[in-house]
Amino acid sequence: MVLSRSQRQDLRTGFTANLVVSASVAAYGSVLGLMAAQKGLTWYQLLVMNLSVFAGSAQFVMVDMWLPPLPVAEIILAVLVINMRYLLIGASLSPLFRDTSLKHKFLFMHLVADENWAMTMARYYKGPTTTWFLLGGGLCVQAAWCFGTLLGHRLGAVITNPERYGLDFSFVAVFTALVFSFWKGRQDVLPWLVAAAVAAVSESLMPGKWYIVCGGVAGALVAALMPPKGASND
Amino acid sequence: MISQNLDLLVWLTIFGAAAVTYSLRIGGLLLAGKLPKTGRFKRFMDALPGTILLSLIVPAALAAGPIGWLATLCTGLCSLKTGNVFLSMIVGIVIVAGGRLYGF
Repeated sequence: MVLSRSQRQDLRTGFTANLVVSASVAAYGSVLGLMAAQKGLTWYQLLVMNLSVFAGSAQFVMVDMWLPPLPVAEIILAVLVINMRYLLIGASLSPLFRDTSLKHKFLFMHLVADENWAMTMARYYKGPTTTWFLLGGGLCVQAAWCFGTLLGHRLGAVITNPERYGLDFSFVAVFTALVFSFWKGRQDVLPWLVAAAVAAVSESLMPGKWYIVCGGVAGALVAALMPPKGASND
Repeated sequence: MISQNLDLLVWLTIFGAAAVTYSLRIGGLLLAGKLPKTGRFKRFMDALPGTILLSLIVPAALAAGPIGWLATLCTGLCSLKTGNVFLSMIVGIVIVAGGRLYGF
């Protein structure tokens, strides 16, 4: 495929626009690499996971659940639920892909992550933006993700007593730091309380990792059943 | 034989997760016109990432003991105040490591 000058230009602009956010993606990826090494994933398994799944939070959950015998069904179901948001992310990109072929859509959608999506949408509201900008950002984020995770994996193989450095706690820390980027305001109070309570109760009652799905779905159901924002009197 | 089976499970898990994720990405784009953009379904989907992550944390944080509770609290506050995910993560890990060093 030969790219036109403007396509190359957009690809490059998209790549550079995502450089800063990609630095934090790499830093955050190094923690995943560390955890993956502790769980016994090889570097090439991690690399294939990066290239094929390419979704930060979902990969953290996968690695956390990575204990022999591998709970294949639970892991895939958890990934499905966590990545549900990509349905909405994909839907929100439809104006950008309006005049593109089906093949173009299938090729370009794989490299959509939260970061380059947010970058692209922010730019799209200001002026004309193409799918090449989106792809350029995706390549930048993917490169940083692979670099960070593999670097972390190397370090993880060196550190033999992770508890001493608090690294077993790292996954709680990662998700606690991440969860507030999803906080939208007071309407989240009740769904989040329900999610936390259902997760805590179902963790003690059910085997495996089903509490993640139970808590998540219960909390989101509360959000769906509550009156929409602005409809109540308070 | 056993290790071969284990390896098969590894790849099954990775490619299963990849297939599911890709289907959601492309599905959202192709079904864009058909997904409700308002109402209950939208609110359900919007709430999901936050409630899922929370469900992940709560049992593990509860099990981490007093020093873990303190670290979780500080990580959360730092994230809320600074919006910096990496910094907040480090704060939590340092508190737990420091606590263990001093025998908590």
